[in-house]
Amino acid sequence: MNESGFEELNSFQMDVLREIGNIGAGNAATALAKMLDRKIDMKVPKIKVMQFEEVSEVLGDSEEMVVGILLGVLGDITGSIMFVLDMNATRLMVNNMFGKHTDVELEFDEMTCSAIQEVGNILAGSYLSALSTLTNLNIMPDVPCMAVDMAGALLSVPAIAQAKASDTVLYIENEFFDGHDSMLGDLFLIPDEGSYTILMKALGVA
Amino acid sequence: MENIIKVGMADWKVAAHPDALTTLGLGSCVGICLYDGKRKIIGMAHIMLPSSDLVRANANRAKFADTGIPDMVDAMLRMGSDVRGMTAKIAGGAQMFAYSSGSDIIRIGARNAEATREILAGYRIPILADDTGGTFGRTIEFYACDGRLMVKTIGHGVKTL
Repeated sequence: MNESGFEELNSFQMDVLREIGNIGAGNAATALAKMLDRKIDMKVPKIKVMQFEEVSEVLGDSEEMVVGILLGVLGDITGSIMFVLDMNATRLMVNNMFGKHTDVELEFDEMTCSAIQEVGNILAGSYLSALSTLTNLNIMPDVPCMAVDMAGALLSVPAIAQAKASDTVLYIENEFFDGHDSMLGDLFLIPDEGSYTILMKALGVA
Repeated sequence: MENIIKVGMADWKVAAHPDALTTLGLGSCVGICLYDGKRKIIGMAHIMLPSSDLVRANANRAKFADTGIPDMVDAMLRMGSDVRGMTAKIAGGAQMFAYSSGSDIIRIGARNAEATREILAGYRIPILADDTGGTFGRTIEFYACDGRLMVKTIGHGVKTL
């Protein structure tokens, strides 16, 4: 890999990354489905190697108000994992967790925030534990932190963490849907540049 | 009809009357807006990190305050501007997430804003408005016609600086 980052991924490496996304997010979707007691579907993961200019628009509208849960990745690999939900999906999810009617207006009080962070914990934990099993590496999530703001502003945070080491950033994106095809959220794994190499080596494809 | 030109993260652009520059969803990054009122030339930089010192990946100079701002100033000079005629407005530098664990990116917003102020002071470019800090994102629009900076937020109002 050259100094400028991830630009030279070939289609085989892309497939491996997609498989990482599939296995991690598959486990995360199962955990989420158990917690919410409903069916959770996901799409084929998207592998996005971006210049920083493109990051804030990775979800489309960079000014859209969203909920973001960010966790550091610790252990043999480092990076970030981030779950982004739009306001509608957040309302559905939180009301579902508290057994309320799905139309109840959402208030970001302590209870709601800790519930949302717990979702982040469970998603990240199950994603990373699948990845850990797959690679035989020690990988775990740090404590979650949450923010409600513009999508672009939130998505820039894990990118800044990469900016010292690279001119490009790799986002492995998984979209989650609830049983009725409505979008639930986007889960991103953003490995540090060095960790990408470790992952590939652990999978025997370096 | 004015064009509104988008400036991405780790990017800078210059423009002249009647155009405007914008950057959407600024978080911990800082948006640096320079205005030459006499010639109605503007520049906007969207920097991610304070300094390119000791950084291995420093090919994209627009990422850093200490290289991005000078490059943008030079581009404005090439358009016929003069440093002595420039004024600055800055925004961003927020802390989007409250970290409980020690992290390298903690306080990056504040460090970006500090580095920006130092670099502008080096050019003796006065900062007429400084809307940095806080825990919320900002969208900024900067107009070459009058040097007006509009700052939009979610839940923290809209203001013109």
